[in-house]
Amino acid sequence: MIKDITLGQYFPGTSPVHRLDPRIKIILTLLYIFALFTIKNFTGYILFAAFTTTIIYISTIPVKYVFKGLKPLLFIIILTAFVNMFMTGGVTLFTIGPLVATYEGVEIAVMMVLRLLFLIIGTSLLTFTTSPILLTDGIEKLLNPFKRIGVPAHELAMMMTIALRFIPTLLEETSKIMKAQMARGADFESGNLIKRAQGLVPLLVPLFISAFRRADELAIAMESRCYRGGDQRTRMKQLQLSKVDYKAVALFIILIAVLLSVR
Amino acid sequence: MEAMIHSVNVDYSYHHEEKEKIELVLNHINLNINKGEFVTILGHNGSGKSTLAKHFNALLLPIGGTIFVKHMDTSEQKHRWDIRQNVGMVFQNPDNQIVATIVEEDVAFGPENLGIAPDEIRERVNYALKAVDMFEYREHAPHLLSGGQKQRVAIAGVIAMKPECIVLDEPTAMLDPIGRKEVLNAVKKLNQEEGITVVLITHYMDEAVQSDRVIVMEKGEVTMDDKPQAIFSQVERLKAAGLDVPQVTELAYELKKAGFDIKRDILTVDECTKELVRLIERGV
Amino acid sequence: MSVKVENLSYTYMIGTPFEKQALQGVNLEIKKGEFIGLIGHTGSGKSTLIQHFNGLLKPIKGKIYINDIDITEKKVKLKEIRNAVGLVFQYPEHQLFEETVYKDIAFGPGNMGLAEEQIRKRVHEALKLVGLNAGILEKSPFELSGGQKRRVAIAGVMAMKPEILVLDEPTAGLDPAGRDDILFQIKALHTKLGMTVILVSHSMEDIARLVDRIIVMHEGTVAMDNTPGQVFTEVETLEEMGLSAPQITYVVRQLRQRGLNIREDIFTIHQAKKELLALLEGMK
Repeated sequence: MIKDITLGQYFPGTSPVHRLDPRIKIILTLLYIFALFTIKNFTGYILFAAFTTTIIYISTIPVKYVFKGLKPLLFIIILTAFVNMFMTGGVTLFTIGPLVATYEGVEIAVMMVLRLLFLIIGTSLLTFTTSPILLTDGIEKLLNPFKRIGVPAHELAMMMTIALRFIPTLLEETSKIMKAQMARGADFESGNLIKRAQGLVPLLVPLFISAFRRADELAIAMESRCYRGGDQRTRMKQLQLSKVDYKAVALFIILIAVLLSVR
Repeated sequence: MEAMIHSVNVDYSYHHEEKEKIELVLNHINLNINKGEFVTILGHNGSGKSTLAKHFNALLLPIGGTIFVKHMDTSEQKHRWDIRQNVGMVFQNPDNQIVATIVEEDVAFGPENLGIAPDEIRERVNYALKAVDMFEYREHAPHLLSGGQKQRVAIAGVIAMKPECIVLDEPTAMLDPIGRKEVLNAVKKLNQEEGITVVLITHYMDEAVQSDRVIVMEKGEVTMDDKPQAIFSQVERLKAAGLDVPQVTELAYELKKAGFDIKRDILTVDECTKELVRLIERGV
Repeated sequence: MSVKVENLSYTYMIGTPFEKQALQGVNLEIKKGEFIGLIGHTGSGKSTLIQHFNGLLKPIKGKIYINDIDITEKKVKLKEIRNAVGLVFQYPEHQLFEETVYKDIAFGPGNMGLAEEQIRKRVHEALKLVGLNAGILEKSPFELSGGQKRRVAIAGVMAMKPEILVLDEPTAGLDPAGRDDILFQIKALHTKLGMTVILVSHSMEDIARLVDRIIVMHEGTVAMDNTPGQVFTEVETLEEMGLSAPQITYVVRQLRQRGLNIREDIFTIHQAKKELLALLEGMK
């Protein structure tokens, strides 16, 4: 569906994971991370892997897609493994030049890598299965109680919504201005770094001016539609908990209980 | 007739803080827009028409004189939200007035600001989207719609606030002919079927001829205010004001100038044909 | 300088789920010194087509010859093609970026690597061509009026002395006076400098007034390619494609349907007046 074409990595679907209330999904993601950090042995990791696999299966997100999300962080994962393997003291396993790998080091490295992998997979499952709009709603609702201590929940959510709304518009505009300047002989592709940075001026100046003009006009339009901040504002779409949500929470409680028992 | 908007000696300047030389953008505007009317405001760029429009819902406040919306003085802070709910505004650039990432959520934005209960907002959103023929697009992303569709979403967003009056500031300037037609039809329908007062600012004469009344602004003043027939028959005066006349009106004017007895208040193709046939059949 | 397009096809986002064919086997030829009107409703492919003329888009299939040089060949220097084919985008004022009008107009010639003295000459010439005077050169482009900004932007392209000028809706969003000014300047470029001009417009009245030949795009193909007189007589076909003819054409049609002996290919006020006067005088 057209409405699903948004930015970020949202993967449209109707699975139970997709249908979870965004608030619950955010909280469960936090619980997932918490559970991950309670694990102290490989039994725990095996159970956790089984659990994660099940969720990916239920979510109908292609596994290929999930692993694609790991790619940009591959370097950090390898670095972590490397550092842990060689920087931990203990019984020597093997040596490469001056570097000494220990049994303890390898064990910690494997644990750390697993922890990182699950951390990334868990959080990306949230963004895979939740549209940015629902995510924004969920964050706003969850932050609401913290308004009293000065957290601008509504304003943050409004900013995110407007950003989501205007990013496609500004991207389109960028390509338009770029083409217009290229038609005047501008070159965005060749030359050294400084030259290229200078070459961006004819693109960035009009883009900023346009963004400011849009912001100005949007502010006037919002004002004339009686926008006056978050107070006394209601919402058409109310987030409502359903059976799936209760089931998911129950499942997580069981997971954590099991994980704690095998520690 | 009851007045929707009533302007008494309204002056405005964008630089009124710098006292030395005040350049008036609006100069003693006296105007009455009645309930249920469809009024067009014409004038070339810089004539003050957009500035005037922004006074109709208290986005700008006069530096002299008073504007009343349903007898409420726009300069009184306590009426502000009441006035903005009653007088909805649609602007030129459809992209810059849509707030949300889904059509129906954008339409809901106004009612949400008014603090209306969720169920009623849903009802209003459905009603408003149907009124502009955009109901089937309710779950679409606005940036993928055509200009005419976006502009109709913007109109729905205003309608959902249940205003008595809509002010449209060049809503068709950035649209193609199909988009223009869609928007104008939606506006006419709201005026005729829902009895909503319409103030339309435009450069397109074919839109102006469809309204009940045309107001011409020049240099911050109202210089003409009459029925479309009466306005457009004054071809030379309009041209001097930097405005167009419909082709058929101009043709009639040219023939009249050449000495033929042809009506001068012709606005449509049908009227023009009828008049030419009459002329020819009579054998001049 | 001539343009020749052979069997041109283009698809956006090819190889993705959002693939969209914009051009499909387009063939056309434009000769040196012609004034072409390119029409078609939004999404018909006209904007995609003109971006091929200076190599901003590369065809998926087909060839484009500018002065018998195939610009789809790898060894062709696109920069030279872009100097020869000037492209003025919609709302060109949005591309202004320099501190002064002078610097902005000089951007194009500067990119061509011209000497300072030559650039100065060209800036002044271009400014004159769009009807602005030198007093404006040291101003910031952002403090100008809408119509002036647009002219400066057009001058920015003119300063590159293109042999073919392509304008995408150069009058969009302007008021009638601003529109007439710009169209007058464009006409002058064609008649005085003998420039080949391709004008994209939604306004049939503007097209009717100016061009020698009309190319109608529909669903990515050339649907019609003929003189304005011939194109506008096919009102039904135009309307099926979401377009229309000038008002005058409709009047003439109705008159012919009533059995009047009047030429069919009339589409401007001037022609209509002449024909009708002859007709009426003949009856006296």
